[in-house]
Amino acid sequence: MQIRTRFNRWLAAIAGSVLLSASLGLPVAQAGMIGTHVVVEQELLQQQRDTLKQFMAREEIREQLIAWGVAPEAAQARVDSLSPAEVAQMSARMQELPAGGDVVGAVVFVFLVLLVTDILGFTDLFPFVRSIHDNE
Amino acid sequence: MSPIRAAAGWLALLLLVGGCSVTGPALPPAELAGYDAVELTEVPFYPQQRYQCGPAALAMVLDWSGVGIGPEALTELLYIPARRGSLQPELMAQARRQQRLAYRIPGQPQALLDELAAGHPVLVLQNLGLSWWPVWHYAVVIGYQPAADALLLRSGTTARHRVALATFLRTWQRGGNWGMVVLPPGRVPASAEPGPYLVAAYDLEATGLLEQAQLAYTAGVERWPAQAGLRLALANAHYAQGRLEQAIAVLEEGIAAGAIAAANYNNLALLLAERQRWDAAEAAAREAVKLGGPDMETYRKTHADICRRRPGGCAGADRSPLAIPHPPDS
Repeated sequence: MQIRTRFNRWLAAIAGSVLLSASLGLPVAQAGMIGTHVVVEQELLQQQRDTLKQFMAREEIREQLIAWGVAPEAAQARVDSLSPAEVAQMSARMQELPAGGDVVGAVVFVFLVLLVTDILGFTDLFPFVRSIHDNE
Repeated sequence: MSPIRAAAGWLALLLLVGGCSVTGPALPPAELAGYDAVELTEVPFYPQQRYQCGPAALAMVLDWSGVGIGPEALTELLYIPARRGSLQPELMAQARRQQRLAYRIPGQPQALLDELAAGHPVLVLQNLGLSWWPVWHYAVVIGYQPAADALLLRSGTTARHRVALATFLRTWQRGGNWGMVVLPPGRVPASAEPGPYLVAAYDLEATGLLEQAQLAYTAGVERWPAQAGLRLALANAHYAQGRLEQAIAVLEEGIAAGAIAAANYNNLALLLAERQRWDAAEAAAREAVKLGGPDMETYRKTHADICRRRPGGCAGADRSPLAIPHPPDS
Protein backbone atom coordinates (compact mmCIF):
# COMPACT_ATOMS: atom_id res chain seq x y z
CA MET A 1 0.00 0.00 0.00
CA GLN A 2 2.75 2.33 1.08
CA ILE A 3 4.77 1.53 -2.01
CA ARG A 4 1.82 2.02 -4.24
CA THR A 5 1.09 5.49 -2.86
CA ARG A 6 4.70 6.49 -3.30
CA PHE A 7 4.67 5.20 -6.82
CA ASN A 8 1.51 7.17 -7.55
CA ARG A 9 3.09 10.32 -6.18
CA TRP A 10 6.14 9.74 -8.27
CA LEU A 11 3.95 9.24 -11.36
CA ALA A 12 2.00 12.40 -10.56
CA ALA A 13 5.22 14.37 -10.23
CA ILE A 14 6.41 13.21 -13.63
CA ALA A 15 3.07 13.88 -15.24
CA GLY A 16 3.02 17.30 -13.60
CA SER A 17 6.44 18.29 -14.86
CA VAL A 18 5.59 17.08 -18.36
CA LEU A 19 2.45 19.20 -18.31
CA LEU A 20 4.37 22.17 -16.95
CA SER A 21 7.01 22.05 -19.65
CA ALA A 22 4.30 21.63 -22.29
CA SER A 23 2.49 24.72 -21.03
CA LEU A 24 5.72 26.72 -20.98
CA GLY A 25 6.05 26.03 -24.69
CA LEU A 26 2.62 27.50 -25.37
CA PRO A 27 2.39 31.04 -24.01
CA VAL A 28 -1.37 31.25 -24.61
CA ALA A 29 -1.96 28.41 -22.18
CA GLN A 30 -0.75 30.19 -19.07
CA ALA A 31 -2.63 28.61 -16.22
CA GLY A 32 -5.52 30.70 -14.98
CA MET A 33 -5.91 32.92 -18.06
CA ILE A 34 -9.48 33.20 -19.27
CA GLY A 35 -9.45 32.13 -22.93
CA THR A 36 -11.29 34.05 -25.61
CA HIS A 37 -13.52 31.05 -26.27
CA VAL A 38 -14.95 31.34 -22.75
CA VAL A 39 -16.07 34.92 -23.33
CA VAL A 40 -17.39 34.03 -26.79
CA GLU A 41 -19.47 31.16 -25.40
CA GLN A 42 -21.00 33.48 -22.82
CA GLU A 43 -21.78 35.97 -25.58
CA LEU A 44 -23.42 33.29 -27.73
CA LEU A 45 -25.54 32.14 -24.81
CA GLN A 46 -26.72 35.70 -24.25
CA GLN A 47 -27.57 36.07 -27.93
CA GLN A 48 -29.63 32.88 -27.86
CA ARG A 49 -31.48 34.07 -24.79
CA ASP A 50 -32.23 37.38 -26.50
CA THR A 51 -33.53 35.59 -29.60
CA LEU A 52 -35.83 33.44 -27.49
CA LYS A 53 -37.11 36.50 -25.66
CA GLN A 54 -37.77 38.31 -28.92
CA PHE A 55 -39.66 35.25 -30.07
CA MET A 56 -41.74 35.17 -26.89
CA ALA A 57 -42.46 38.89 -27.36
CA ARG A 58 -44.00 38.42 -30.81
CA GLU A 59 -47.60 39.55 -30.92
CA GLU A 60 -49.14 36.24 -31.97
CA ILE A 61 -47.17 34.40 -29.30
CA ARG A 62 -48.21 36.89 -26.62
CA GLU A 63 -51.83 36.49 -27.66
CA GLN A 64 -51.57 32.74 -27.53
CA LEU A 65 -49.92 32.84 -24.12
CA ILE A 66 -52.66 35.12 -22.79
CA ALA A 67 -55.29 32.83 -24.27
CA TRP A 68 -53.71 30.03 -22.27
CA GLY A 69 -53.79 32.17 -19.16
CA VAL A 70 -50.01 32.56 -19.03
CA ALA A 71 -48.59 35.99 -18.31
CA PRO A 72 -46.21 36.84 -21.18
CA GLU A 73 -43.88 38.35 -18.59
CA ALA A 74 -43.69 35.00 -16.84
CA ALA A 75 -42.70 33.35 -20.11
CA GLN A 76 -39.97 35.98 -20.58
CA ALA A 77 -38.73 35.40 -17.05
CA ARG A 78 -38.60 31.69 -17.71
CA VAL A 79 -36.12 32.25 -20.53
CA ASP A 80 -33.74 33.78 -17.99
CA SER A 81 -33.97 30.75 -15.78
CA LEU A 82 -33.23 28.23 -18.52
CA SER A 83 -29.88 26.48 -18.21
CA PRO A 84 -27.31 26.91 -21.01
CA ALA A 85 -28.15 23.42 -22.31
CA GLU A 86 -31.87 24.21 -22.39
CA VAL A 87 -31.24 27.51 -24.17
CA ALA A 88 -29.18 25.70 -26.79
CA GLN A 89 -31.87 23.08 -27.21
CA MET A 90 -34.64 25.64 -27.67
CA SER A 91 -32.53 27.69 -30.05
CA ALA A 92 -31.86 24.63 -32.15
CA ARG A 93 -35.58 23.96 -32.34
CA MET A 94 -36.23 27.57 -33.30
CA GLN A 95 -33.81 27.23 -36.21
CA GLU A 96 -36.08 24.53 -37.57
CA LEU A 97 -39.06 26.87 -37.61
CA PRO A 98 -40.03 28.01 -41.08
CA ALA A 99 -38.71 31.45 -41.91
CA GLY A 100 -41.10 34.33 -42.20
CA GLY A 101 -43.23 33.42 -39.23
CA ASP A 102 -45.34 30.36 -39.67
CA VAL A 103 -47.75 30.99 -36.80
CA VAL A 104 -49.04 27.45 -36.45
CA GLY A 105 -45.55 26.01 -36.22
CA ALA A 106 -44.48 28.66 -33.74
CA VAL A 107 -47.44 28.09 -31.48
CA VAL A 108 -46.89 24.38 -31.55
CA PHE A 109 -43.31 25.07 -30.53
CA VAL A 110 -44.28 27.13 -27.51
CA PHE A 111 -46.84 24.52 -26.59
CA LEU A 112 -44.11 21.89 -26.64
CA VAL A 113 -41.80 23.95 -24.50
CA LEU A 114 -44.46 24.55 -21.89
CA LEU A 115 -45.45 20.92 -22.02
CA VAL A 116 -41.88 19.91 -21.33
CA THR A 117 -41.51 22.33 -18.45
CA ASP A 118 -44.82 21.03 -17.08
CA ILE A 119 -43.57 17.49 -17.24
CA LEU A 120 -40.40 18.47 -15.44
CA GLY A 121 -42.48 20.13 -12.76
CA PHE A 122 -41.25 23.68 -13.39
CA THR A 123 -44.72 24.75 -14.41
CA ASP A 124 -48.24 23.50 -13.93
CA LEU A 125 -50.21 24.81 -16.87
CA PHE A 126 -51.92 21.78 -18.29
CA PRO A 127 -54.14 19.78 -15.96
CA PHE A 128 -53.72 16.67 -18.08
CA VAL A 129 -49.98 16.58 -17.65
CA ARG A 130 -48.67 14.76 -14.62
CA SER A 131 -45.31 15.91 -13.41
CA ILE A 132 -42.53 13.43 -12.82
CA HIS A 133 -42.57 14.67 -9.22
CA ASP A 134 -46.25 13.79 -8.91
CA ASN A 135 -46.52 10.85 -6.53
CA GLU A 136 -50.23 10.26 -6.78
CA MET B 1 -32.83 27.81 -59.72
CA SER B 2 -34.56 26.45 -62.81
CA PRO B 3 -36.46 28.84 -65.06
CA ILE B 4 -39.65 26.83 -64.57
CA ARG B 5 -39.45 26.99 -60.81
CA ALA B 6 -38.55 30.63 -60.97
CA ALA B 7 -41.48 31.38 -63.24
CA ALA B 8 -43.79 29.41 -61.00
CA GLY B 9 -42.48 31.34 -58.03
CA TRP B 10 -43.13 34.64 -59.68
CA LEU B 11 -46.61 33.54 -60.75
CA ALA B 12 -47.40 32.57 -57.18
CA LEU B 13 -46.09 35.92 -56.04
CA LEU B 14 -48.30 37.76 -58.48
CA LEU B 15 -51.35 35.77 -57.44
CA LEU B 16 -50.89 36.00 -53.70
CA VAL B 17 -48.68 38.93 -52.91
CA GLY B 18 -51.03 41.11 -54.90
CA GLY B 19 -53.43 40.65 -52.03
CA CYS B 20 -50.74 41.23 -49.44
CA SER B 21 -49.68 44.54 -50.93
CA VAL B 22 -52.87 46.09 -49.59
CA THR B 23 -51.13 46.05 -46.21
CA GLY B 24 -48.63 48.50 -47.63
CA PRO B 25 -44.85 48.59 -47.24
CA ALA B 26 -43.34 46.60 -44.39
CA LEU B 27 -41.94 49.78 -42.87
CA PRO B 28 -43.14 53.32 -42.38
CA PRO B 29 -41.12 55.39 -44.85
CA ALA B 30 -40.03 57.70 -42.02
CA GLU B 31 -37.69 55.01 -40.68
CA LEU B 32 -35.83 54.92 -43.97
CA ALA B 33 -35.74 58.65 -44.47
CA GLY B 34 -32.31 60.20 -44.60
CA TYR B 35 -30.61 57.48 -46.61
CA ASP B 36 -28.97 58.82 -49.74
CA ALA B 37 -28.95 57.17 -53.13
CA VAL B 38 -26.04 54.78 -53.52
CA GLU B 39 -24.83 52.30 -56.11
CA LEU B 40 -21.73 50.18 -55.63
CA THR B 41 -20.76 49.88 -59.28
CA GLU B 42 -17.39 48.31 -58.36
CA VAL B 43 -19.07 45.06 -57.28
CA PRO B 44 -18.37 42.52 -60.06
CA PHE B 45 -21.19 40.59 -61.68
CA TYR B 46 -21.09 36.84 -62.24
CA PRO B 47 -24.25 35.47 -63.86
CA GLN B 48 -25.36 32.32 -62.12
CA GLN B 49 -25.51 28.86 -63.62
CA ARG B 50 -28.38 26.53 -62.86
CA TYR B 51 -29.19 26.54 -59.11
CA GLN B 52 -25.85 28.14 -58.43
CA CYS B 53 -26.94 31.51 -57.12
CA GLY B 54 -25.08 30.79 -53.85
CA PRO B 55 -21.58 30.41 -55.31
CA ALA B 56 -22.15 33.26 -57.79
CA ALA B 57 -23.37 35.66 -55.08
CA LEU B 58 -20.53 34.73 -52.73
CA ALA B 59 -17.95 35.13 -55.48
CA MET B 60 -19.24 38.65 -56.17
CA VAL B 61 -18.83 39.83 -52.58
CA LEU B 62 -15.54 37.96 -52.11
CA ASP B 63 -14.03 39.46 -55.23
CA TRP B 64 -15.36 42.88 -54.30
CA SER B 65 -13.43 42.47 -51.03
CA GLY B 66 -10.26 41.71 -52.98
CA VAL B 67 -10.05 37.91 -52.98
CA GLY B 68 -10.17 37.24 -56.73
CA ILE B 69 -11.59 33.74 -56.77
CA GLY B 70 -14.44 33.74 -59.31
CA PRO B 71 -17.59 31.61 -59.15
CA GLU B 72 -16.26 28.39 -60.71
CA ALA B 73 -13.84 27.53 -57.92
CA LEU B 74 -16.53 28.22 -55.34
CA THR B 75 -19.16 26.11 -57.04
CA GLU B 76 -17.24 22.94 -56.32
CA LEU B 77 -16.71 23.94 -52.72
CA LEU B 78 -20.22 25.15 -52.04
CA TYR B 79 -22.82 23.58 -54.23
CA ILE B 80 -24.74 20.81 -52.47
CA PRO B 81 -26.42 18.84 -55.30
CA ALA B 82 -29.02 17.08 -53.17
CA ARG B 83 -30.34 20.42 -51.98
CA ARG B 84 -29.80 22.23 -55.27
CA GLY B 85 -28.18 25.09 -53.47
CA SER B 86 -25.96 26.25 -50.64
CA LEU B 87 -26.60 26.64 -46.95
CA GLN B 88 -26.05 29.95 -45.21
CA PRO B 89 -23.52 28.59 -42.67
CA GLU B 90 -21.59 27.12 -45.61
CA LEU B 91 -21.43 30.52 -47.26
CA MET B 92 -20.08 32.09 -44.08
CA ALA B 93 -17.56 29.30 -43.54
CA GLN B 94 -16.34 29.60 -47.13
CA ALA B 95 -15.94 33.38 -46.79
CA ARG B 96 -13.76 32.75 -43.73
CA ARG B 97 -11.74 30.17 -45.59
CA GLN B 98 -10.89 32.98 -48.00
CA GLN B 99 -9.59 34.96 -44.98
CA ARG B 100 -12.56 37.28 -44.87
CA LEU B 101 -14.72 38.38 -41.97
CA ALA B 102 -18.25 37.06 -42.49
CA TYR B 103 -20.85 38.98 -40.51
CA ARG B 104 -24.56 38.30 -40.45
CA ILE B 105 -26.27 41.67 -40.38
CA PRO B 106 -29.34 42.37 -38.19
CA GLY B 107 -32.53 41.56 -40.08
CA GLN B 108 -33.71 45.15 -40.42
CA PRO B 109 -33.89 47.28 -43.56
CA GLN B 110 -31.91 49.97 -41.74
CA ALA B 111 -28.99 47.57 -41.32
CA LEU B 112 -29.07 46.84 -45.03
CA LEU B 113 -29.04 50.52 -45.92
CA ASP B 114 -26.35 51.27 -43.33
CA GLU B 115 -24.07 48.74 -45.00
CA LEU B 116 -24.74 50.15 -48.47
CA ALA B 117 -24.03 53.66 -47.19
CA ALA B 118 -20.70 52.40 -45.82
CA GLY B 119 -19.90 50.97 -49.27
CA HIS B 120 -20.46 47.32 -48.33
CA PRO B 121 -22.52 45.09 -50.66
CA VAL B 122 -24.87 42.71 -48.82
CA LEU B 123 -25.40 39.06 -49.73
CA VAL B 124 -29.06 38.26 -49.00
CA LEU B 125 -31.25 35.18 -48.94
CA GLN B 126 -34.65 35.66 -50.52
CA ASN B 127 -37.63 33.42 -50.78
CA LEU B 128 -39.09 34.44 -54.10
CA GLY B 129 -42.00 32.03 -53.61
CA LEU B 130 -44.15 31.63 -50.54
CA SER B 131 -43.52 30.25 -47.09
CA TRP B 132 -45.24 26.99 -48.03
CA TRP B 133 -43.79 26.95 -51.54
CA PRO B 134 -40.31 28.33 -51.15
CA VAL B 135 -38.14 29.40 -54.05
CA TRP B 136 -34.83 30.18 -52.39
CA HIS B 137 -32.47 32.60 -54.00
CA TYR B 138 -29.21 34.35 -53.09
CA ALA B 139 -28.54 37.81 -54.48
CA VAL B 140 -26.26 40.77 -53.73
CA VAL B 141 -27.77 44.14 -52.84
CA ILE B 142 -25.59 46.84 -54.36
CA GLY B 143 -27.68 49.99 -54.36
CA TYR B 144 -30.57 52.05 -53.05
CA GLN B 145 -32.65 54.59 -54.94
CA PRO B 146 -34.76 56.58 -52.48
CA ALA B 147 -36.52 58.52 -55.25
CA ALA B 148 -37.80 55.31 -56.84
CA ASP B 149 -38.17 53.58 -53.46
CA ALA B 150 -36.17 50.71 -54.94
CA LEU B 151 -33.09 48.57 -54.35
CA LEU B 152 -30.52 47.49 -56.92
CA LEU B 153 -29.43 43.84 -56.94
CA ARG B 154 -26.98 41.63 -58.73
CA SER B 155 -29.35 38.72 -59.07
CA GLY B 156 -29.39 35.54 -61.12
CA THR B 157 -28.57 36.46 -64.68
CA THR B 158 -29.41 40.15 -64.23
CA ALA B 159 -26.49 42.46 -63.53
CA ARG B 160 -28.64 45.36 -62.35
CA HIS B 161 -31.99 44.18 -61.11
CA ARG B 162 -34.17 47.00 -59.80
CA VAL B 163 -36.80 45.88 -57.32
CA ALA B 164 -39.34 47.89 -55.32
CA LEU B 165 -38.21 48.13 -51.71
CA ALA B 166 -41.55 46.81 -50.40
CA THR B 167 -41.37 43.76 -52.68
CA PHE B 168 -37.79 43.06 -51.73
CA LEU B 169 -38.55 43.32 -48.02
CA ARG B 170 -41.30 40.71 -48.34
CA THR B 171 -39.07 38.25 -50.19
CA TRP B 172 -36.31 38.99 -47.68
CA GLN B 173 -38.61 38.42 -44.73
CA ARG B 174 -39.67 35.07 -46.18
CA GLY B 175 -35.95 34.27 -46.32
CA GLY B 176 -35.69 34.89 -42.59
CA ASN B 177 -34.21 38.38 -43.10
CA TRP B 178 -30.87 36.68 -43.63
CA GLY B 179 -28.06 38.82 -44.98
CA MET B 180 -24.31 38.97 -44.57
CA VAL B 181 -21.41 41.22 -45.41
CA VAL B 182 -17.98 39.88 -46.35
CA LEU B 183 -15.16 42.23 -45.41
CA PRO B 184 -11.39 42.28 -45.25
CA PRO B 185 -10.44 41.77 -41.58
CA GLY B 186 -9.89 45.19 -40.04
CA ARG B 187 -13.05 46.65 -41.53
CA VAL B 188 -16.06 46.72 -39.20
CA PRO B 189 -19.58 46.28 -40.62
CA ALA B 190 -21.63 49.46 -40.31
CA SER B 191 -24.51 47.60 -38.69
CA ALA B 192 -22.33 45.55 -36.34
CA GLU B 193 -23.05 45.12 -32.65
CA PRO B 194 -20.01 44.47 -30.43
CA GLY B 195 -21.15 41.03 -29.16
CA PRO B 196 -21.92 39.40 -32.52
CA TYR B 197 -18.87 41.13 -34.01
CA LEU B 198 -16.65 39.51 -31.37
CA VAL B 199 -18.12 36.12 -32.29
CA ALA B 200 -17.51 36.74 -36.02
CA ALA B 201 -13.92 37.78 -35.36
CA TYR B 202 -13.35 34.80 -33.06
CA ASP B 203 -14.61 32.49 -35.82
CA LEU B 204 -11.52 33.58 -37.77
CA GLU B 205 -9.26 32.67 -34.86
CA ALA B 206 -11.07 29.36 -34.35
CA THR B 207 -10.33 28.40 -37.95
CA GLY B 208 -6.65 29.08 -37.44
CA LEU B 209 -6.51 32.61 -38.86
CA LEU B 210 -4.99 34.29 -35.80
CA GLU B 211 -3.47 37.19 -37.73
CA GLN B 212 -6.77 38.01 -39.44
CA ALA B 213 -8.61 37.64 -36.15
CA GLN B 214 -6.19 40.04 -34.54
CA LEU B 215 -6.84 42.64 -37.26
CA ALA B 216 -10.55 42.24 -36.63
CA TYR B 217 -10.16 42.53 -32.83
CA THR B 218 -8.01 45.64 -33.22
CA ALA B 219 -10.60 47.32 -35.43
CA GLY B 220 -13.34 46.29 -32.99
CA VAL B 221 -11.48 47.78 -30.03
CA GLU B 222 -11.08 51.04 -31.95
CA ARG B 223 -14.81 51.11 -32.69
CA TRP B 224 -15.92 50.11 -29.16
CA PRO B 225 -13.09 51.08 -26.76
CA ALA B 226 -15.13 50.13 -23.68
CA GLN B 227 -16.07 46.64 -24.86
CA ALA B 228 -14.43 44.18 -22.49
CA GLY B 229 -14.77 40.99 -24.57
CA LEU B 230 -12.96 42.46 -27.58
CA ARG B 231 -10.18 43.78 -25.32
CA LEU B 232 -9.70 40.35 -23.80
CA ALA B 233 -9.65 38.70 -27.22
CA LEU B 234 -7.08 41.18 -28.57
CA ALA B 235 -4.88 40.89 -25.48
CA ASN B 236 -4.97 37.09 -25.70
CA ALA B 237 -4.04 37.28 -29.40
CA HIS B 238 -1.07 39.57 -28.63
CA TYR B 239 0.03 37.29 -25.81
CA ALA B 240 -0.24 34.17 -27.96
CA GLN B 241 2.21 35.79 -30.36
CA GLY B 242 4.63 36.72 -27.62
CA ARG B 243 3.77 40.42 -27.34
CA LEU B 244 3.38 40.66 -23.59
CA GLU B 245 3.68 44.46 -23.30
CA GLN B 246 1.04 45.05 -25.97
CA ALA B 247 -1.30 42.60 -24.28
CA ILE B 248 -0.90 44.48 -20.99
CA ALA B 249 -1.46 47.84 -22.69
CA VAL B 250 -4.68 46.69 -24.39
CA LEU B 251 -6.16 45.60 -21.07
CA GLU B 252 -4.94 48.63 -19.09
CA GLU B 253 -6.21 51.10 -21.69
CA GLY B 254 -9.48 49.20 -21.71
CA ILE B 255 -9.93 49.60 -17.96
CA ALA B 256 -9.22 53.31 -18.32
CA ALA B 257 -11.86 53.46 -21.09
CA GLY B 258 -14.43 51.59 -19.02
CA ALA B 259 -13.97 48.03 -20.28
CA ILE B 260 -14.45 46.57 -16.80
CA ALA B 261 -14.79 42.82 -16.48
CA ALA B 262 -13.51 40.26 -14.01
CA ALA B 263 -11.97 38.14 -16.77
CA ASN B 264 -9.98 41.15 -18.04
CA TYR B 265 -8.63 41.90 -14.55
CA ASN B 266 -7.78 38.24 -14.07
CA ASN B 267 -5.74 38.02 -17.27
CA LEU B 268 -4.12 41.40 -16.67
CA ALA B 269 -3.04 40.22 -13.23
CA LEU B 270 -1.29 37.17 -14.67
CA LEU B 271 0.41 39.21 -17.40
CA LEU B 272 1.64 41.77 -14.88
CA ALA B 273 2.91 38.97 -12.67
CA GLU B 274 4.91 37.69 -15.59
CA ARG B 275 6.57 41.12 -15.68
CA GLN B 276 6.98 40.85 -11.92
CA ARG B 277 4.97 44.01 -11.41
CA TRP B 278 3.64 42.49 -8.22
CA ASP B 279 1.74 45.44 -6.72
CA ALA B 280 -0.27 46.05 -9.88
CA ALA B 281 -0.73 42.32 -10.44
CA GLU B 282 -2.10 41.75 -6.95
CA ALA B 283 -4.41 44.76 -7.23
CA ALA B 284 -5.81 43.49 -10.55
CA ALA B 285 -6.28 39.97 -9.19
CA ARG B 286 -8.10 41.39 -6.18
CA GLU B 287 -10.37 43.39 -8.51
CA ALA B 288 -11.27 40.23 -10.45
CA VAL B 289 -12.30 38.50 -7.23
CA LYS B 290 -14.31 41.55 -6.20
CA LEU B 291 -16.25 41.54 -9.48
CA GLY B 292 -16.72 37.77 -9.40
CA GLY B 293 -18.82 35.80 -11.87
CA PRO B 294 -19.07 32.29 -13.24
CA ASP B 295 -15.28 31.84 -13.21
CA MET B 296 -14.85 32.93 -9.58
CA GLU B 297 -12.79 29.88 -8.69
CA THR B 298 -10.23 30.83 -11.34
CA TYR B 299 -10.03 34.42 -10.04
CA ARG B 300 -9.47 33.23 -6.48
CA LYS B 301 -6.79 30.87 -7.63
CA THR B 302 -5.09 33.63 -9.66
CA HIS B 303 -4.97 35.84 -6.59
CA ALA B 304 -3.65 33.05 -4.42
CA ASP B 305 -1.01 32.11 -7.00
CA ILE B 306 0.20 35.70 -7.33
CA CYS B 307 0.45 36.05 -3.56
CA ARG B 308 2.40 32.82 -3.42
CA ARG B 309 4.83 33.87 -6.15
CA ARG B 310 5.24 37.43 -4.93
CA PRO B 311 8.34 37.93 -2.77
CA GLY B 312 7.10 38.51 0.75
CA GLY B 313 3.56 37.40 -0.12
CA CYS B 314 0.62 39.76 -0.03
CA ALA B 315 0.81 42.34 2.71
CA GLY B 316 -2.46 42.54 4.58
CA ALA B 317 -3.66 39.29 3.12
CA ASP B 318 -5.59 38.69 6.35
CA ARG B 319 -7.60 41.80 5.69
CA SER B 320 -8.27 40.90 2.10
CA PRO B 321 -11.89 40.19 1.17
CA LEU B 322 -10.91 36.74 0.01
CA ALA B 323 -12.70 33.93 1.75
CA ILE B 324 -10.05 31.36 0.96
CA PRO B 325 -7.04 30.60 3.08
CA HIS B 326 -3.74 31.51 1.47
CA PRO B 327 -1.20 28.78 1.09
CA PRO B 328 1.76 29.42 3.37
CA ASP B 329 4.75 31.09 1.72
CA SER B 330 7.12 28.23 2.24
